[in-house]
Amino acid sequence: MKIWLYIAVMAIVTYLVRMLPMTFLRKEIKNKTMRSFLYYVPYVTLTVMTFPAIVYSTGSIYSALAGFATALALSFKKMSMILVAVISCVVVFITELMIL
Amino acid sequence: MKKNSKQLLEGIRDGLPIALGYFAVSFSLGIQARDAGMNVVQAAAMSFSNFTSAGEFAALTIISSGGSFISLALSQLIINLRYILMSFALSQRIAPETSTIHRMAMSFGITDEIFGVSVGRKPPLSPFYTYGALLLTLPGWAGGTAAGVAAGSILPDNIVNALNIALYSMFIAVFIPASRDDRHVGIAVIISMAASWLFSLLPVIKDISQGTRVIILTVCISLLFAIIFPVDENKNTEEASS
Repeated sequence: MKIWLYIAVMAIVTYLVRMLPMTFLRKEIKNKTMRSFLYYVPYVTLTVMTFPAIVYSTGSIYSALAGFATALALSFKKMSMILVAVISCVVVFITELMIL
Repeated sequence: MKKNSKQLLEGIRDGLPIALGYFAVSFSLGIQARDAGMNVVQAAAMSFSNFTSAGEFAALTIISSGGSFISLALSQLIINLRYILMSFALSQRIAPETSTIHRMAMSFGITDEIFGVSVGRKPPLSPFYTYGALLLTLPGWAGGTAAGVAAGSILPDNIVNALNIALYSMFIAVFIPASRDDRHVGIAVIISMAASWLFSLLPVIKDISQGTRVIILTVCISLLFAIIFPVDENKNTEEASS
């Protein structure tokens, strides 16, 4: 029973964090600095979450670096997100087969 | 109507690779959930209702040690603070006339990865795109957790390892093309990588949890760029749609 209460507490807190800003922030933000801040936030967040964590995401640093380099190169060529993900996974898989 | 179904299908399409990655990640989460004393149903319910990796990992540590509800709530608030930034950012990308019900429903789909694919889209963001993305990713997340509890180990290590990089690759597929389109974003991305790398190495700072580090770096670097390279109103919409 206590586990269900734990689950309820964490679910409510996590949902409120997600829901409140999007639901109650309706006006367009006019402030230029604020708008600029929000323009940069997604790209900075995604970058910070990706690096250096990606280097430790697979079985070895070498396969991760191979996958990382692949994703960077394909993204630079503006390949679709799905292809970037699939091909980098395949590169990691093949690299690990070769080195292990 | 046709537009909504198209958005839904595109959400499903973009959600598929995320769902595969989620399955692999939540699988290992399931193993920890079992250690914390959860059965298959409880673990699946936790993942279905929370839908967050770092938060759930942290919660399991607290639950297995019999921690208080207050500390559990506080940990979720702090670890998931980044969703406030994402929710805030997405609120500017959805159509202003989007209803409260849609806002409340689609906000449940704010995860690092769905946020990643959402900002990669041409605004305004449709709620139906988010619903489409949820359709595969949420069952993938909850199902992976359940499978982790039940089986302990279904997939061989090398496949799990390969799937683990998929999420990061998708992030890269968002911020690298944007860096090509806008030089200032490119500079921000390079500085973000350098700062994030430094933060993971420096004494004391490296002991700050990953979630907190992400918050600190995001706020500081984005604010710095907003002040040094403010975005021109028109330029903003042009670039977001290119």
